[in-house]
Amino acid sequence: MKRTFEMLVALAALTAATAGAAEPEVLLTIRNNRFEPQEVHVPAGQKVRLTVRNMDAAAEEFESHELNREKVIAPGGVAIIYIGPLEAGRYPFYGEFHEDTAHGTVVAE
Amino acid sequence: MLGAAIIVFREVLEAALIVGIVAAATRGAPGRGRWLGIGILAGLAAAAGVASVTGEIASLAKGAGQELFDAAVLGLAVAMLAWHNIWMSRHARALTREARELGADVASGQREMSAMALLVALAVLREGSETVLFLYSLAIGGADSPWGVAVGGAIGLGLGTAAGVALYAGLLRIPARLFFSATSGLILLLACALASQFARVLIQADLLPSLASPLWDTSRLLSDSAPLGVLLHVLVGYEATPAGMQVVFYATALLLITAGMRYARTTQSRSS
Repeated sequence: MKRTFEMLVALAALTAATAGAAEPEVLLTIRNNRFEPQEVHVPAGQKVRLTVRNMDAAAEEFESHELNREKVIAPGGVAIIYIGPLEAGRYPFYGEFHEDTAHGTVVAE
Repeated sequence: MLGAAIIVFREVLEAALIVGIVAAATRGAPGRGRWLGIGILAGLAAAAGVASVTGEIASLAKGAGQELFDAAVLGLAVAMLAWHNIWMSRHARALTREARELGADVASGQREMSAMALLVALAVLREGSETVLFLYSLAIGGADSPWGVAVGGAIGLGLGTAAGVALYAGLLRIPARLFFSATSGLILLLACALASQFARVLIQADLLPSLASPLWDTSRLLSDSAPLGVLLHVLVGYEATPAGMQVVFYATALLLITAGMRYARTTQSRSS
């Protein structure tokens, strides 16, 4: 418990130290119920700003269990989703409203 | 049709389980059925309203509108659950000793039920607005006939509601002397779960630091998307990959509400 607490304090300090630095930005577009591009690369260990533009007439929900994120995006709308800092690895995401077509992966490296 | 049924079921399940717990926890309160009915209807009306202005809400506050709105809904829900448990603790002794039903103090009971109606409305609003958007998207998408969407939606709604009713019926079978502890325990964990989600939406909008993302990863042990994971997520706030800040909010809610319940119990026993 004490160790966990110390870890949290250290991480809080680290987060505070890195806040304010402009985070890398990644753009995603939803068109015809698909994500474009289907794979995006982001730096590991850094908070990333994900901007998702929905060009369709239907709403979509960006969802990822691996990234621990979900957000509804209105038709023609733009959503900003902050993710990470991530460990290196592959993080799949999908569009919950069009699960058969809308898939993608964030690759942290 | 199947797609509509699955997604509607997922959304309805969360609200239905919350309503099931609240309905059990308020057993015997005056005008309970009416208050819960009002909460559900108000939540449905608000869900339709919110769904129609999703784009406008999202573009508020430099794109953080949806998260701020969600956070307000979640924060209010946590406050209502905390209120309920602290209110119940004040009456705990009489409830446990005599195993009698609530309702002696009608005015206080009405206040409590209006808080619970608001909570139910918030739960229905949160899940309902997404369901409305999804069904609308399906209907205009053309991949499924409107008839198929309607039937699928109805099946999902029916199954989700049945899960809530089953939980309610199960809770009512708990023996009287354990009933209060069981329902207030469930409400407490539900409040903590929502407090953790409150932190998550603010992290997503970069309004709170994540502290650690994730603090741990148990997705191989029990995934969020597995049926048991979903159930535990709704009931006790289980997440396979929570951010550190979510755990901080969960623990803080647990401590504060427990302390409030203790305090209410000691002041009650002193005054009676």
